[in-house]
Amino acid sequence: MKTWIAFWNIILKDMRAYYLKPPNISWGIIFPLAWTGMFFIRSGGGFDGVLDLLPGLMAISILFGTTSMLAVTVTFEKKGKSFDRLLLAPIPLGVLMLAKTSGAIVFGIANAFVPVAMACFFFDLSRVGWLTALPAVILIAVSSTFLGLFIAVSVSEVFEAQTFSNFFRFPMIFLCGLFFPIERLPFFIKPLSYIFPLTYGADILHGAFNRAHIMPLGLDFVLLGAFCVFLFLWSYRNIKKRWIM
Amino acid sequence: MGAIVAEKLAKRFGNVHALEDVSFKVSKGELFGFLGPNGAGKTTTINILTGLARPDTGAISISGIDCTHSPKAAQGLIGVVPDESNLYPELTGFDNLCFCASLYGLKKSDRVSRAAELLRSLGLAEAASRKFGGYSKGMKRKLTIAAGIIHNPPILFLDEPTTGIDVASARQIRQLISGLNRSGTTILLTTHYIEEAERLCSRIAFIASGKIIKTDTIENLIQPAKEKNVMEITLSKRAKISFESMASAFPNLSLSCPEDGRIRVESGEPIRAGVLVRYLEENGHEVMEARRIHPSLEDVFVRITGIEAGAMKKEREKSIL
Ligand SMILES: Nc1ncnc2c1ncn2[C@@H]1O[C@H](COP(=O)(O)OP(=O)(O)OP(=O)(O)O)[C@@H](O)[C@H]1O
Ligand SMILES: [Mg+2]
Repeated sequence: MKTWIAFWNIILKDMRAYYLKPPNISWGIIFPLAWTGMFFIRSGGGFDGVLDLLPGLMAISILFGTTSMLAVTVTFEKKGKSFDRLLLAPIPLGVLMLAKTSGAIVFGIANAFVPVAMACFFFDLSRVGWLTALPAVILIAVSSTFLGLFIAVSVSEVFEAQTFSNFFRFPMIFLCGLFFPIERLPFFIKPLSYIFPLTYGADILHGAFNRAHIMPLGLDFVLLGAFCVFLFLWSYRNIKKRWIM
Repeated sequence: MGAIVAEKLAKRFGNVHALEDVSFKVSKGELFGFLGPNGAGKTTTINILTGLARPDTGAISISGIDCTHSPKAAQGLIGVVPDESNLYPELTGFDNLCFCASLYGLKKSDRVSRAAELLRSLGLAEAASRKFGGYSKGMKRKLTIAAGIIHNPPILFLDEPTTGIDVASARQIRQLISGLNRSGTTILLTTHYIEEAERLCSRIAFIASGKIIKTDTIENLIQPAKEKNVMEITLSKRAKISFESMASAFPNLSLSCPEDGRIRVESGEPIRAGVLVRYLEENGHEVMEARRIHPSLEDVFVRITGIEAGAMKKEREKSIL
């Protein structure tokens, strides 16, 4: 019970202090809007074009939304030493990390639906397999958040967190099959695609929107889940090792 | 059973031996002082005891719970006031306190009443709805202390609670600390203000370069110095005194002259001021004052650690009363 009070209040505090701040809300909307607008205009395609584009747009919105938040909620607080308060609190480290990431996960999921909401106005999206897409969105948000966490606990400065996450994020746009299938990548780069969890998430979304997946969806889900667990455990280990010196 | 027991703690950061073989025990209800200069290892000790750092070797127990390998085990029983005021700048004073209370699982109604009570007693009620980031240094310090005691911990760690704040606030904080201790809180306090340690603590450990040099009660520490009687005599003019003739007149007193116009007299026997004053006046000096000097913890500290209290003293002067 006490742990839950702490867990819930950490989430609420992050929401109030960071996520629900006007700059963040507008960033969370404008960023996906800009991507979406850019691609819609560029492709100029009809309905099928949109079903091609949306999975990539959703994935990219989640990726950028979640990873940029962790630099603030974790690295920034660690730098300002207020994170020590959380480490001093009588709550298990795992619960603490879940509390610090839950806000970003929800933020990422909300980001994913900005392009969807936009597309809704112009197209009928009822053919989309939402029962597959929804869990995929959640898992992409979880894995991207944990990737952000992994980055945030590996550095000590906020700018390092940002640089380091761009080191991952920009290649991921091309390598994870967001906007074109990974088959079209040169063969020597292709193996790289498979080390990013987003590849599997995007594959599920392509499947749900267009039946254009290249791997069995079950396998995608399993691998995506495995990445979540691995990134979380790795970050857990890093916090224990690097921050509780 | 000790409230806080540290046994043979050692900690290295690269080549720096932050702690070497630090052992001490704080009993329940005690106000224990950790006194030492910058870089002595005070903060490192607190970090290790509270679970923010791991010792390389040694053992820790808090309230009978072995925390050496599971530092989280006793965190519900302790409150920590770190050396830096590290609350959330974007939250108000009130919200900061409520949030800290929630980390210890307090119910909403308790959080709110406790936060309001602490803000009032620390004179921060007016600033309750202002953001912490905009607080002055002293206000930040007070709120950080409030955050450390919001859950009424039976054991409290205070890392330099009064450093860098004005005289009135420091006194208010000291009163708060004494009050907490009287109501039963076990307190470990670090400081480099000798005055503060002397005024607040019942027992003190001198720490320097990562080692505990001596641990004892204030009385016991000062006792050896007390066995010597010291008197200081101030003359009206900064006149030179002929020491030889005075020394031969009082062969069993040891005399020195810390500056022109002042004489310091030391003896194992009680010193009779009247005789000295009469002698000086007969020799043409006008005596303004003859005063017995009480030994201070500072004398003891300097003698035991060999550290000149210079840097520490400068800070101390700022903080006296
Ligand atoms: N994270 C760290 N990395 C490297 N060295 C450290 C670290 N923390 C402490 N030290 C070193 O350990 C020694 C003890 O530091 P500590 O902070 O415990 O001193 P202190 O007694 O609290 O001093 P102060 O009065 O300045 O707060 C110092 O030499 C310090 O440089
Ligand atoms: Mg310190």
